[in-house]
Amino acid sequence: MRVLLVDDEEELVATLAERLDMRGIDATWASEYRKALAIVEEQEFDIALLDVRLPEINGLELKRLIEARRPAMKFIFLTGHGSEEDFNACSAESGKDYYLIKPVQIEVLVAKLNEVCQGPGEQG
Amino acid sequence: MQNGWKRYRPKFLEHSEQTSGMYKTLFNFRRLWKQSIVITLAVALLPLFTLAAVDYAISRKAIESELALRTTRLVSNLRRSLTSYLEERVFALNFLILDNSFEQLSDEHRLKQLLENLKSGLGEWYDLGLIDHTGMQVNYTGPYNIRGMDYSGQDWYKNLQYKDQETYHDAIAMRSNISDVFLGFRMTPHLVISVLHNDHQGRHYILRAGLDIQQLSDILSHHAELGDDDDAFLINQEGIIQTPSRHYGAIMHQFPLPVPPFSEQTHGVEGQRSRVIEGRDHTGREIVTGYAYLAGTPFILVVIKQKDGMAVETWRTGGNLLLFLVGSVLTIVAVVVGICTYLVNSIHQADQNRLASLHQAEFANKMASIGRLSAGVAHEINNPLAIINEKAGLIKDLFTFRKEYAADQRLIGLIDAIISSVDRCATITRQLLSFARNIQANIQTLHLRKVVNEVLEFQTKAASARNITLDVDIPEELPEFSSDRGKLQQVFINLVNNAFAAMKEGGRLSIRSRLTDDGARIVTTVRDTGCGIPPENLGKIFDPFFTTKGGSGGTGLGLSITYGLVTELGGSIDLASTVGVGTTFTITLPLNYHADKGDAQ
Repeated sequence: MRVLLVDDEEELVATLAERLDMRGIDATWASEYRKALAIVEEQEFDIALLDVRLPEINGLELKRLIEARRPAMKFIFLTGHGSEEDFNACSAESGKDYYLIKPVQIEVLVAKLNEVCQGPGEQG
Repeated sequence: MQNGWKRYRPKFLEHSEQTSGMYKTLFNFRRLWKQSIVITLAVALLPLFTLAAVDYAISRKAIESELALRTTRLVSNLRRSLTSYLEERVFALNFLILDNSFEQLSDEHRLKQLLENLKSGLGEWYDLGLIDHTGMQVNYTGPYNIRGMDYSGQDWYKNLQYKDQETYHDAIAMRSNISDVFLGFRMTPHLVISVLHNDHQGRHYILRAGLDIQQLSDILSHHAELGDDDDAFLINQEGIIQTPSRHYGAIMHQFPLPVPPFSEQTHGVEGQRSRVIEGRDHTGREIVTGYAYLAGTPFILVVIKQKDGMAVETWRTGGNLLLFLVGSVLTIVAVVVGICTYLVNSIHQADQNRLASLHQAEFANKMASIGRLSAGVAHEINNPLAIINEKAGLIKDLFTFRKEYAADQRLIGLIDAIISSVDRCATITRQLLSFARNIQANIQTLHLRKVVNEVLEFQTKAASARNITLDVDIPEELPEFSSDRGKLQQVFINLVNNAFAAMKEGGRLSIRSRLTDDGARIVTTVRDTGCGIPPENLGKIFDPFFTTKGGSGGTGLGLSITYGLVTELGGSIDLASTVGVGTTFTITLPLNYHADKGDAQ
């Protein structure tokens, strides 16, 4: 499974990537959206884990940009904020289940990634 | 009885009003109530009293003038009766003197015969005498032997003569005179009527007859219009009483009041021969005196009516008036007090509702602020928390995956402690986020069980600290329904707080939900084993600012707001309570709620 992690907290995203690597998940990370888009141009991914609140752009817009390049990709949103707008927007975009609030336990995250990748992806 | 009064006693009367600060009432309701009652009563009663007083004065005056009128009528009737009685007697003597010559009258037998005839025809005649032109009584019949008596020196005789010389020229006409009443030798009151005649030979002579006054007295004392307390009698012009009087002395005694003055009206003009004087008699009683001078006699007819008799009538009219007045006043007072109380109570209620909504709005505002703040704080904390989480996780991963330190339980334990602390922090921030999210939420589909659990999450610590058992029985099968999550949450927060405040250590809080039989509503009971609510407070428990918590910080708004929220959600709330056993709140919520009102906010 190839995963793209995008979060402006570099410390967080780098550590997370390393931990996923240890669990046999091929994780690449970016701390800002242009770099994320550049990586997507070059490599293929099964799934992207996006922070909802990024500088200059929000996670939902980034999702659409990535989707335009890689239509088959799936997405999970991750946020430190539980506001109404975030919750409603993310639920509408990807379903309630694909929305995680930081901090998240690695086991939960891995389970969720597997679930989304192997799940009935054709529906979305 | 006291309970009944308590129930109907307007609430503003016992409500202590806040007169300053944000939640001050618009009015001082007790003062407003008193003022409106006093002013309305004054405006309503003043004209009533004025009218009553005026009416009383008018009817009193009417009765007085009625009394005067009656007196006048009585005087006038009596005067007519007396005058015709006396005239009848004078005419009879006139007839005798014309019908009989001087010679015939001088015959003793003839005179005796005439007296007998008079007695049988016209009653109480006493004696009969003939006096010649020298003033000598030449013939007499009667109980006394006074034949030969010389009357020429007496006033009445001179009076007849004098009149004769001045004005009398007609040969056959005659003059008459009626004397004062006197007792005479027999000591019985009588009067004397004399008639004078000039015959064809130019002689003049006088027929003189004594008359008992009994019939005269009867006319006066038996008149139909004479009231029980009224007095009617004759006096002469010197004020000597001539016929029996009830109150003003015996015959031949002096009348104690001044003799009423002569005037044309008392004598001459037809229909207006009597006059009425109002005043007091010698004993101080209020009287109305009517009098008339009887023409051709020395008599004055006096009729005296006591005003005391009239007072009875005045009292009767006044009594009716008073009864009417008291009735009106009672009605007006009742209506005014009733309406003022109702209106002031309505204003008071409206004001209380205003304050409650003010408070509710402020409360909602406060909750929204807390929501925003906690969401912000949670977010700011979550990011560094996530980093700690990942770093600690990485360290653990490194140790675990490389096996070198995997056996070092102490190290793994330290890292696990960090991770579990982060977990605890995350739980708190997640609760905060969920709380904040729910405050902002509007109508959404929800499951009651979840809402209640979210509320109780904050209370588990407090519950276990106080050894309170939480017992939630909300079946999973209950359908989800549309409602305002935030408001519903607030309802349960308030009820749970209320239950906790009511319970001591070791209580039990049960929340239990069931679908109604028709499947349209969810009935939820929140039951505590607390101190309970006394019956007299049951009706007031949902009133704004009603609190029994006293100094312990109760605003008295929690249950009022709860009531408002449940109503807003289309539901109803009810309660049953037994002192010392506990309180059960029952909330009924509709499954289909259309927030017509909720959108307005």
